[in-house]
Amino acid sequence: MSATITPITMPKWGLSMSEGTVVAWLVDEGAEVRSGMPLLEVETDKINNEIEAAEAGILRRKVAQEGALLPVKALLGVLAPAEVGDAEIDAYVAAYVAPATEDDQGGAAADAYQFVDVAGLRVRYAGRGDLRNGVPVLFIHGFGGDLDNWLFNIDAAGEFLPTLALDLPAHGQSAVRLPGATLADLSAFVLAFLDALGVDRVHLVGHSLGGTIAASMARAAAKRVASLTLIASAGLGDEIDADYLGGFVAASSRRELKPVMERLFADASLVSRQLLDDVLRFKRLDGVGAALTDLAAGLFAGGRQSDQPGRGIADSGIPVQVIWGSADRIIPSRHATAAGAAAKVHVLDGAGHMVQMERAREVNALLVEHLRSSA
Amino acid sequence: MARKLSIRQAINEAIDQEMSRDPRVIMMGEDIVGGHGSEGEIDCWGGALGVTKGLYGKYGDRLLDTPLSESAYVGAAIGAAVCGMRPIAELQFIDFMGVCFDQIYNQAAKFRYMFGGKAQTPVVIRAMIGAGFRAAAQHSQMLTPIFTHIPGLKVVCPSNPYDAKGLLIQAIRDNDPVIFGEHKVLYGIEGEVPEASYAIPFGEANIVRDGDDCTIVTYGMMVHRALEAAALLEKEGIDAEVIDLRTLSPLDMDTILESVERTGRLVCVDEASPRCNIATDISAQVVQAAFAALQAPIMMVTPPHVPVPFSPVLEDIYLPDSTKIAAAVRRTLEGKRH
Amino acid sequence: MTSHPLALDPAAILQAYRTMRTIREFEERLHVEFAAGDMPGFVHLYAGEEASAVGIISHLTDADRIASTHRGHGHCIAKGVDVMAMMKEIYGRKGGSCQGKGGSMHIADIDKGMLGANGILGAGAPLACGAALAAKYQGKGAVAINFVGDGASNQGTFLESLNLAAVWNLPIVFVVENNGYAEATSRNYGVAVDSFVDRAAGFGLPGIAVDGTDFFAVHEAAGEVIRRAREGGGPSLMECRMVRFYGHFEGDAQGYRGPGELEDIRANRDCLKHFVAAVTTTGVLGAAALAAVDAEVAALIDRAVIEAKAAPHPVAADLLTDVYVSY
Repeated sequence: MSATITPITMPKWGLSMSEGTVVAWLVDEGAEVRSGMPLLEVETDKINNEIEAAEAGILRRKVAQEGALLPVKALLGVLAPAEVGDAEIDAYVAAYVAPATEDDQGGAAADAYQFVDVAGLRVRYAGRGDLRNGVPVLFIHGFGGDLDNWLFNIDAAGEFLPTLALDLPAHGQSAVRLPGATLADLSAFVLAFLDALGVDRVHLVGHSLGGTIAASMARAAAKRVASLTLIASAGLGDEIDADYLGGFVAASSRRELKPVMERLFADASLVSRQLLDDVLRFKRLDGVGAALTDLAAGLFAGGRQSDQPGRGIADSGIPVQVIWGSADRIIPSRHATAAGAAAKVHVLDGAGHMVQMERAREVNALLVEHLRSSA
Repeated sequence: MARKLSIRQAINEAIDQEMSRDPRVIMMGEDIVGGHGSEGEIDCWGGALGVTKGLYGKYGDRLLDTPLSESAYVGAAIGAAVCGMRPIAELQFIDFMGVCFDQIYNQAAKFRYMFGGKAQTPVVIRAMIGAGFRAAAQHSQMLTPIFTHIPGLKVVCPSNPYDAKGLLIQAIRDNDPVIFGEHKVLYGIEGEVPEASYAIPFGEANIVRDGDDCTIVTYGMMVHRALEAAALLEKEGIDAEVIDLRTLSPLDMDTILESVERTGRLVCVDEASPRCNIATDISAQVVQAAFAALQAPIMMVTPPHVPVPFSPVLEDIYLPDSTKIAAAVRRTLEGKRH
Repeated sequence: MTSHPLALDPAAILQAYRTMRTIREFEERLHVEFAAGDMPGFVHLYAGEEASAVGIISHLTDADRIASTHRGHGHCIAKGVDVMAMMKEIYGRKGGSCQGKGGSMHIADIDKGMLGANGILGAGAPLACGAALAAKYQGKGAVAINFVGDGASNQGTFLESLNLAAVWNLPIVFVVENNGYAEATSRNYGVAVDSFVDRAAGFGLPGIAVDGTDFFAVHEAAGEVIRRAREGGGPSLMECRMVRFYGHFEGDAQGYRGPGELEDIRANRDCLKHFVAAVTTTGVLGAAALAAVDAEVAALIDRAVIEAKAAPHPVAADLLTDVYVSY
């Protein structure tokens, strides 16, 4: 009977999220909503984001109060068509039992991260879905980032394809050692990572440094790349913000890091204390500072990009999509058009360098569309 | 997600990793191994509370059991530091500094200045601090203000395992003498600790809870009491910010001032005796630097000016707790309209 | 037991003389300059005790470390600390051994193995144990020497250090410079044992007492205990029985001295006079060579005083520097 009732639940953005706070409802009870429309804003210890309507319907009930801190999968509200009676909605809410989360199953969440040795380096990655069941989507993060940069995006792609996201060497929880500080070293390494997992062909989604790695992989092994999505990507032009790179490498305290991290976002308030603490915890690890210094010197010395494999990459026949934020302060959005005439280019107005986090809903829609059309 | 360790294990791992990384790191103290010179088991203690257990098996003579002779071995650690080693001296209980204080405050602390910048003294003096262990007046003191009073010393008091490891690694790598206070009641608490080595820079306080209504500044075990108080207050609609100082010298006044300028209210919680302690120091500095931001008198929550009593009943009354801290926060908010 | 001066290389003998004479000239000049009133603080003079510092330290290299006392100028000069910089330091000037921030009681030069004079009596002993411990780990055969006065040898730090050094078998020599007075109190009052060597026995380490006014006796005895320490044979205690020509500090009227005592020690127990007599009667060195050294040393000390007085004072900004390596 409740088949037509759609629960709105607390999402799990990234593997470490266990709870979130309802910041604000964005629609009123009784309002008609379209699929994909933002319903409410949720804050995690890392970042704020919007929850969208999975289906069209009427917002019949706001179960969660604004300000409430609720676990993942908790019922936040109910969508249903008008013909469903209020009594039925009441009964649904009363009877709702949150499905067990991975965390409830005794540390299963910890297992969601996996490790594999690639060329003598331990690499952390997160896999979702059966890698043999379709061409996987590989997410490659940017300079100083980690696989959690994709926390809002993996699930969207994961709806219909297996996904992989890795921590690059000397990033996240992978070994604090570089396989080399050139772009060729890094792209060869990521290809070797795919070999280690027995994955032949992938859709590549790269952000910033991850984008130029993806483009470089496409140059080196075109047959293994089903499509490219380059987000605020390096490798498409010359300039890159040297102040950001230098500041990020040098910052050793919250106070030093905060203004640097704020350059990544159009909305500086998105840089939470937890985000800064997480980045500092990473940066404090022995060897990280030296590795990032080497990497910045190898790829981006003097604010100039050493390699630009993304220029004209769409001419190779690989389906290419380029997504950028118009307010990107790290790599100028005018580089977006350099991938070639065949590339689909989307510049999201007002978004910053971390466009895939800031504007996850739009980026996800573009990503899904590109993956479907490239399948 | 990540691995959890107790503070005891985190400290052991920090020493282990630094001894493995740097052959200049040596350690000395009373019974840090235990069992020398008799027929029983070697490494039977691994320190009075077992913090260094297992390291002797890995590093052998780089861990030195000492005679009960604090002046001699703390001084020897300092002398070895000036001569190119990176010694860690364990003083068991900080209360024992009375018998070796000259070596700490007249020697280690002053060499660099007194010698015109030519000496460096990379020594770490680890010691158990604090009350709550039913250890009575000579084994329970929080003598941190005595060390912060001395220019030339750095003073560190971690409250959790992540900080304990990172701050101790920093202390060992640091080129100045460091007093590293380990609260004996906290040794067992667990938290996530990366396996890799990392150093937390000194002089950066940690905001352990964000809040807009009142700033609570503290360190060591009192961080936990302050968080409990904040949880109590949250139910009343009061949102307290809790700052864990982590290091007392250097002291991160910037973080304190930024917070107080936002909340307008300050409660300093200090397990040390109330006269001339960390709480009074911070209070004075805040009044001097941010008087206009204060919307209420600064409150201080400390023990009374008495030695630590033995009786568990009395010791529990002696120590600041969440009730007293919460009451102090409420006092700062009296008359404020929410 | 005086070793024959011929047993030493003449160049080494001349160098020993030069160092002893430099200390004497330095201290006697300080005595005069201090009385003139433009030297700040306290000064404790080593004059009369030169044979101890030089007899012992002439066995050492820069890799060997010493921890000294409040009466440390002699140890500094013997260990190779620059005399010009020392003089500036005593005047509290920039360019001094400690940039004017240490003064007479804190002259140190870590690179020379001089871990500091020390204003705290007995404090050097644990530090020297640490230097010896470092030497043991560093494995290059270096040793440490702790100089301590007869008075400060009553400190717990010193006695604890004797035990620690014995227990850890450290390459260290404790030198008790027994000049008969702890400040204004005779060692006969303040020390119950007849000989400091007895104390060594109480801690399980070998001890030896020598006439500290006889350079050659000190040199020979020190050679033996330092060699033993270098070879892993462990710590020793050496007592140098000697005299102090001046008071505890400059300005001390020395009312505690007996009638004629100062005249007697100046006349009969002057280590430099003994030295000169020994080397000239045996013909190792001639009077002319010694006189040349005397002239050279006098000129050096003259220049040191002139330069020190002309050296700039520290400026206000210097007040705040070098408290920490980083803060």
